[in-house]
Amino acid sequence: MVAPQSAAAAAKGGSAPSPRGEWQFLQGNEACALAAVAAGCRFYAGYPISPSSEVAEYLSSLLPRCGGRFIQMEDEIAAMGAIIGGSLAGLKAMTATSGPGLSLKQENLGYACMAEVPCVIINVMRGGPSTGAPTSPAQGDIMQARWGTHGDHPTIALTPGSVDEIYRKTIRAFNLAERFRTPVQLLLDEINGHMREKVWVPAAEDIEIVNRTAPPPPSPGYLPYRLDNKLVPQLAPFGTGYRYHVTGLDHGEDGFPTNDPKERARLHKRLMDKISKFEEELEDYERVDVEDADTLLVAFGSTARSAMGALRTARSQGKRVGLFRPITLWPFPEKAFRQAASRAKRILVAEMNLGQLILEIERLTAPGQEVSGVQRSDGEPINPLQILERL
Amino acid sequence: MTVNATNIAEVEMASYDFSKYIRGRYIPHIWCPGCGNGIVLKSLIRAIASSGLDLEKVCLVSGIGCSSRTTGYMDFNTLHTTHGRALAFATGLKFARPELPVLVVSGDGDALAIGGNHFIHSCRRNIDLTLVLFNNHIYGMTGGQFSPTTPRKSFASTSPFGNIEPAFDICQLAIGAGATYVARGTTYHALALDKLILGGIHNKGFSIIEVVTQCPVYYGRKNNQKSPAAALMWQRDHAVAVDRFRKMTPEEQEGKFAIGVLHNQPRPEYNEEYQKLVDRVSGRAS
Ligand SMILES: Cc1ncc(C[n+]2csc(CCOP(=O)(O)OP(=O)(O)O)c2C)c(N)n1
Ligand code: SF4
Repeated sequence: MVAPQSAAAAAKGGSAPSPRGEWQFLQGNEACALAAVAAGCRFYAGYPISPSSEVAEYLSSLLPRCGGRFIQMEDEIAAMGAIIGGSLAGLKAMTATSGPGLSLKQENLGYACMAEVPCVIINVMRGGPSTGAPTSPAQGDIMQARWGTHGDHPTIALTPGSVDEIYRKTIRAFNLAERFRTPVQLLLDEINGHMREKVWVPAAEDIEIVNRTAPPPPSPGYLPYRLDNKLVPQLAPFGTGYRYHVTGLDHGEDGFPTNDPKERARLHKRLMDKISKFEEELEDYERVDVEDADTLLVAFGSTARSAMGALRTARSQGKRVGLFRPITLWPFPEKAFRQAASRAKRILVAEMNLGQLILEIERLTAPGQEVSGVQRSDGEPINPLQILERL
Repeated sequence: MTVNATNIAEVEMASYDFSKYIRGRYIPHIWCPGCGNGIVLKSLIRAIASSGLDLEKVCLVSGIGCSSRTTGYMDFNTLHTTHGRALAFATGLKFARPELPVLVVSGDGDALAIGGNHFIHSCRRNIDLTLVLFNNHIYGMTGGQFSPTTPRKSFASTSPFGNIEPAFDICQLAIGAGATYVARGTTYHALALDKLILGGIHNKGFSIIEVVTQCPVYYGRKNNQKSPAAALMWQRDHAVAVDRFRKMTPEEQEGKFAIGVLHNQPRPEYNEEYQKLVDRVSGRAS
């Protein structure tokens, strides 16, 4: 399923194939690794875990040959710490993991939110809780991605569907991390992570790359966390003449810990605002046949492919079914969803878990709209028939 | 005061200008009166200042704890991380830019309990970091609970009847795990500490300097070191220069500890090995 892309989607790393490039036949995790390098990632730290390990394996071969750094750390906590260190040194940095590893990363992920260190976390979702089902598909980390680390914090999480889209959204994940100076999570699942499909790999010149803005020249008054109307600070890479302090404690604009309630409130508000005020820029979704739909399917990642199959069959039977597929999962594209759902009497949320995204959808529906779920957590994918019988 | 051979060190120390290396605007610091952390901070400064390192490039990374607050007060590229994870962040920083000198400050709980895994693997990997480990035998910041270096039978806020766990010997642990420079000093022997830290900075590989230091508030008070001075005197009476220590019988060594450079044996350093790998494979198609 590679749906036709709009111009707006192309601007967001959409697939309107660029003039130069080539089709390649790639595995999802492999596409992710290749795209990371294309996006400028030059630092990887990780710890092996199925079904994400191929990302590390490919990067262990790619990075040393392109001026990058690859290190296998002693655990996921260390890996998350190491990419923060690597990013503060000025490199675009990433790690890849799966459910249990994401659980371990949470404290340092919060650190990256708080200290505003750009980085990308790939989570190839598997079954849980606990060790769960290492090589079976699941989509149970939706809320962990949003709220896994403690305290209020902004979250950006993307959920590509096809392997081609994994390539493009990996690049977008790096661009957003650098643009907003925050961790960005890319949620794959065992299905699209391990699937092989054709992928349009554009020529390097045709890939839009966002780099961190450079800080003002060093001066004694340098404030690493200066509050300006862009809301995103301009941290200098370590060792380039600035000598400032980075901490996970509540801090002032100088980066130094503070107990001043006003300064603390200002920091927390800015951290949330710097994402929430740019929701339109972050918004990314696909809508199929929603104009006349009285039943709206909501699905993302590989489940959206089954939803698409069900939609086609249902339409051929004359049923008015549409699909809303969030690609940016967090912040959830609320406005676009509400529009897509405006005519729907029924909303059916398909997800490989026991009901997580449905909570968000229930929050966004209007009175009188009926919301129900197609859910599965037995390690088997949701198939089109399972959805079709509910339409 | 006239300067002579016996007082030259004190005179030099009294006139030493630390202000260049300290973020004066954040003083007063948060440490209790009599805490050893300030002594280690000054020793760190003297070691860095005499090392010839480019001050703009020096990076200092710490975890969480009283000791880990050291980074905030020092005017370098400073990174105060999460509890136990300083070495992981530091590894990333050093690996990303090997030309930056990276020092790490950590407490006994930070480096050996929650951060124990990173500690042994940093030793094994032999990445060029210098770890200054403040061993006050207690979790200071959280109110004096016992740590992996609290001696058996000592009292702590979670061992009100005496600690039943044995303590780590930090230096033995580091040597066993593969660190290439291992030293121990004390806050009593403050000037000797400068040289130990300097030795760590110069070592190309993973270096650890254990500093036996005092937490008069939570450790001393409960364990017969009623004042900061008493804690320092305890160090004086129990520390033995390593050469002498090695000549002592096991009975004589009982209750004492060696100070000085305990181990210094070069091995291939991680970044250099990575560079060799890059040289070998760069330009290869796949
Ligand atoms: C994940 C986590 N667990 C626990 C704590 C609470 N905590 C803060 S400092 C500390 C112990 C510090 O002891 P140590 O490392 O020996 O340093 P000291 O304060 O004695 O210098 C603990 C347990 C924390 N901050 N984070
Ligand atoms: S609690 Fe102990 S270690 Fe912490 S500042 Fe006070 S004396 Fe120092």
